[in-house]
Amino acid sequence: MDEPLIQAIGLTKRYGSRTVVDRLDLEVQRGEVYGLLGPNGAGKTTTILMLLGLSEPDGGRARVVGLDPTRHALEVKRRVGYLPDDAGFYGDLTGRQNLRYTAALNGLNGARAEGRLDDVLERVGLTDAADRPSGQYSRGMRQRLGIADALVKDPSVLILDEPTIGIDPLGVVEILTLIRHLVTERRIALLLSSHLLDQVQATCDRVGIFYAGRLIDEGSVADLGRRFGGSRSRLAVAFEDDRGGLDRAAVGRILGSIPGVLAVEVANPQDAEQSLVDPLPLGTIGWILELADDAAIPAVRHELLRRVGEADLPLAELRQLVPSLGEIYRRAVEHEAGAAAADQASVA
Amino acid sequence: MSASGGIAAKKIRRVVKPASRPASPATSLIDPVDSQPPRWGWIVVARKELADHLRGARALVLFIALALAAAIPLYFASTRIRDAAPAATGAPAVFLALFTLGSTDFPILRVNAFVGIVAPLLGIAFGFDAVNRERTERTLPRLLAQPIHRDDVINGKFAAGLAMISLALVAMTVLIAGFGLFRLGLVPTSGEIVRIGVWVGITILYVAFWLALGTFLSVVFRRAATAALVGFSLWLIVTIFGGLITSLIGGLVASTSSATTIDAALRAAQIQQLISRLLPSQLYQEASIVVLDPSVTRLSVPLTAGQLDQAQQQIPTLLSLDQSLLLAWPQLVALVGITVVLFAFAYIRFLRQEVRA
Repeated sequence: MDEPLIQAIGLTKRYGSRTVVDRLDLEVQRGEVYGLLGPNGAGKTTTILMLLGLSEPDGGRARVVGLDPTRHALEVKRRVGYLPDDAGFYGDLTGRQNLRYTAALNGLNGARAEGRLDDVLERVGLTDAADRPSGQYSRGMRQRLGIADALVKDPSVLILDEPTIGIDPLGVVEILTLIRHLVTERRIALLLSSHLLDQVQATCDRVGIFYAGRLIDEGSVADLGRRFGGSRSRLAVAFEDDRGGLDRAAVGRILGSIPGVLAVEVANPQDAEQSLVDPLPLGTIGWILELADDAAIPAVRHELLRRVGEADLPLAELRQLVPSLGEIYRRAVEHEAGAAAADQASVA
Repeated sequence: MSASGGIAAKKIRRVVKPASRPASPATSLIDPVDSQPPRWGWIVVARKELADHLRGARALVLFIALALAAAIPLYFASTRIRDAAPAATGAPAVFLALFTLGSTDFPILRVNAFVGIVAPLLGIAFGFDAVNRERTERTLPRLLAQPIHRDDVINGKFAAGLAMISLALVAMTVLIAGFGLFRLGLVPTSGEIVRIGVWVGITILYVAFWLALGTFLSVVFRRAATAALVGFSLWLIVTIFGGLITSLIGGLVASTSSATTIDAALRAAQIQQLISRLLPSQLYQEASIVVLDPSVTRLSVPLTAGQLDQAQQQIPTLLSLDQSLLLAWPQLVALVGITVVLFAFAYIRFLRQEVRA
């Protein structure tokens, strides 16, 4: 595998006695989307500033495009597109003028710059609003302009701090699709930070869970799901129940008697523990089946369908429950906090 | 066979690679870019800032303030020059009197004095929000993530502010000179033109000091309003109450009235002058009058009674420009010195600041 485009080794930052980023190790490869996930104040932005050379690390080192961002600041900054958290623009200038300034700061001038501006404005869907003062932009439009701004320099590495904040749900999908497209098309490395976990879940190849300055764990969403989502696999099954005529006890008995099913409970949308990614269809009653592991799923599914057919039950849905990133995150943090508390207790 | 082919391919790739990469520190990860970072980042910043200044309301205020600074004293100066003109035919440096004469009742209404008061305000006005505005508009992280040095930001902003004020000052001076030429029929000698040019240069230097102060405040104070208030107070203290304060302190340290001998009185006066010269406004006024008035042959209080005697017996003469500059040299060097020190402070402070608040 190639050397990573973004690399942090033991990266540490302290403000006074407070350690904001604690011995962070991180790698992002070419063509990869890495999601740095964590609550506000976890140290995500500080990490990003260190990767950009805008903040001096107190320990460890960072490498971006193979260079030290503090020593080769200009080479790194020329190749890294950065969207800051809550990016601001010069309100008196139009969106296009703002981007033109960024282009000039990157040594792009004249017709080449204008062509690039048209291109990035088109990509983020701001062509029509480009010549309005950016002070009149909505939050979502500013965010799009910010992404355009990061793309002006045609970067090898893209660092987006909270890219989906303030954008409406449709816009989020659009932006994430655009980002994904850029990564595959241009083979850039993308690091994004977010606390809106479920939004970015589908976009990230790998995620790192960041909590109180430390990377608790990292891996693909599926990996983390296995690690923190409990070892057991779960299936959701739902039956139509328009008139309330379904005999719940009987259905429960049928489901419970399938070999391989360890436990059965009625689905309850209010129960966060069940963590249904998408709610079950309206007018249905659902059950959650717990299985020993993923390997048990095909047999159980097959047997379930056979028995449902025999009993002539109105099946509405049958699917595997994958823990959402939000769920994984919650468990990981709980796990970490629990470990910290245990440490404290043992010290005391 | 296939193995050797692989090696050959590798070799070719190795040969090709460096050629397609930029000459900067070579690692395999550096992608070629289609443009190099600007060689002079501060020029890019300055150009944008200058465009902002020209568009903004501040430029309007600047031109109005300097127009007033020119028009009001000029009104008084022209009447006095007209009155004195018949007697002064052939008198030296009449043209320069446009800048140094004014109302007899209000000594402040002379071009050089008025500019001495207005120019610092302009310097502060163009500097007080240079950096903190980027913070409040949240554009600073984006700006600093571009491939320019951090000092390019502060240098560019300083250059743009100075260029703007210089432009207005030159315009004002040309207007005054034009008024003298066409309305009063005064024709400047080449020496006078050079002196006016030098005076404009000194004034720009003085504005640079205040601009550096404004920039420093914009780095130190996160809120533009605070920086503006502090800058305004400093201006008030130095320019308006400065003379009063320094003479009070001087009086406390060394009172001339209680001195019994001439030597003691001179010493007291020297100390008072020393204290007053701690103010940049005093430095500017002294340098300014020497350059604009060739008949000024000394600035400092005589050191001894003998020198005082000599000074009183001296036949009035006019200094050549180089002699005048020699006289004002310490003042000029001091002005440059404090400007550089102040700018350096702003600079260091900015370089060490965290990007985030």
